[in-house]
Amino acid sequence: MATTETMTLNMGPQHPSTHGVLRLVLELDGEIITKITPHIGYLHRGVEKLSEHRTYHQILPLTDRLDYLAPMSNNLGYILAVEKLMAVEVPERAETIRIIMAELTRLESHLVWLACHALDIGAMTVFIYAFREREAIMETYELVSGARMTSNFFRVGGLSQDIPDEFVKKVSDFIDSMPGYLDQYEGLLTTNPIWVKRTVGNGVISAEDAIDIGLTGPALRGSGVDWDLRRDNQYSGYEKYQFKVPTGENCDTFDRYKVRLIEMREACKIVRQGLDKLKPGPVLADCPQVCYPPKENVYNSIEGLIHHFKIASEGFHAPEGEVYQGVEAPKGELGFYIVSDGDNKPYRLRIRPPSFVNLQAIEKMCLGSMVADLVAVIGTLDIVLGEIDR
Amino acid sequence: MAENNRAVLKLKEKFAASIIDVVEFRGEVTVTVAKDAIIDILSFLKQSLQYNLLTDLTAVDYLGKKEERFMMVYLLYSIPNKDRLRIKTPVSESDCSIPTATQVWETANWLEREVFDLFGIDFDKHPDLRRILMTDDWEGHPLRKDYPLQGPDREPYKGRLS
Repeated sequence: MATTETMTLNMGPQHPSTHGVLRLVLELDGEIITKITPHIGYLHRGVEKLSEHRTYHQILPLTDRLDYLAPMSNNLGYILAVEKLMAVEVPERAETIRIIMAELTRLESHLVWLACHALDIGAMTVFIYAFREREAIMETYELVSGARMTSNFFRVGGLSQDIPDEFVKKVSDFIDSMPGYLDQYEGLLTTNPIWVKRTVGNGVISAEDAIDIGLTGPALRGSGVDWDLRRDNQYSGYEKYQFKVPTGENCDTFDRYKVRLIEMREACKIVRQGLDKLKPGPVLADCPQVCYPPKENVYNSIEGLIHHFKIASEGFHAPEGEVYQGVEAPKGELGFYIVSDGDNKPYRLRIRPPSFVNLQAIEKMCLGSMVADLVAVIGTLDIVLGEIDR
Repeated sequence: MAENNRAVLKLKEKFAASIIDVVEFRGEVTVTVAKDAIIDILSFLKQSLQYNLLTDLTAVDYLGKKEERFMMVYLLYSIPNKDRLRIKTPVSESDCSIPTATQVWETANWLEREVFDLFGIDFDKHPDLRRILMTDDWEGHPLRKDYPLQGPDREPYKGRLS
């Protein structure tokens, strides 16, 4: 009698569809997956440990290297946590610009997701198109912060500087054209028989299972859970904006795809509302104990220079206590938990990365399916290893 | 106020003997409880008070600052009620283990592996307790306060030179 045995297959860490350095050890029965063992940590840089040795301002540039596809969301989560700890009030203009940038970041992150997800499943054209639009967002980044990816634009108490004059027109033009581009992607994918075959019924996870395993963000909403931190635990002035929270019904990859596409359309609407709300005013809180002084003071007065030196070298001392701030990052709930012992550095900084927790669901979503379906699930979970490994 | 928090009221009713401390800071409620009741309390919060999402699970090392060295932190969220609650429990260095929360939430699996990896706290009855971020043969637990920033066998960090 013929006997069969399972085969062990190593996938990654250098593999184009594992989106970075994710390594999966698969046990296969033919082409059916019977066990998945993810191995992570290849990109571990010890950000949490490093943060214990840096002042609060010095940690900020570390945060946009976590989820490097959505740097501004990371910055936002961190500074909101510090602002909560220090009880700093942020000026309205700064808040509005932050929301515009955060939603552009959502668009950017979702564009990369769509591009890579489609490429993994074999739709190369979408990849090229989505990266074209992403380029426009990167240019906006460059315009405000000088960097295309590691933006480091926000500051505790506001922004590092005001936006340049051409910003509003540039973003406005982009937001006007974006829905047309989204129609283009949908025309290429939504009714495409290959796309539908590869995504409908793939990676199904029920709402109860999804909550139990801790999925957040679009991955959870794709399973029909109507929950979005921007609406349900408002932060940074999101209560002044109107937007819909899309949910899926069939808990599969296709529904998560639809949820993210609707989220992109909603993000455009939020940016438009933000642009309409923009009024002249300060972009940094008047809180000298915590915030950097305005640059003209630094250049033109000795007091300003001393102030700048003090904030840059010693920083500020936070009150004893602990705070947690979660934000709706493009990939799910991104949280920063700061424990302060009264020093100018956090005693402990914990980052709750959405990708790390979401990746845990991979085994549940893929057991019994084929290797090619696993590739689709990695795409739909939208993971970034910089954030998983920290 | 922390006293009127729906979870604190219920917990005080049901687990009065196990509650060590209730703190509110910046609108966030933290309840510190005894280690032996932790799983009962977490299950109660999940089953009866709808804290259905374990947002985060981590630890803090209070080396030389507190009598019991480690503090486990559970951050719960209730999707139906949209509120958060933080549960903490002290873990001593001599008895450095705690029952696993994987029996309550599956989310805890990797999060506890991370705490095991970086803090060296054991989780009783954890289904798959291995290192997760560091390599399997790594020595020491990097997030402990007595672990040097630049790693073992190197000059200690003396601050930035510039």
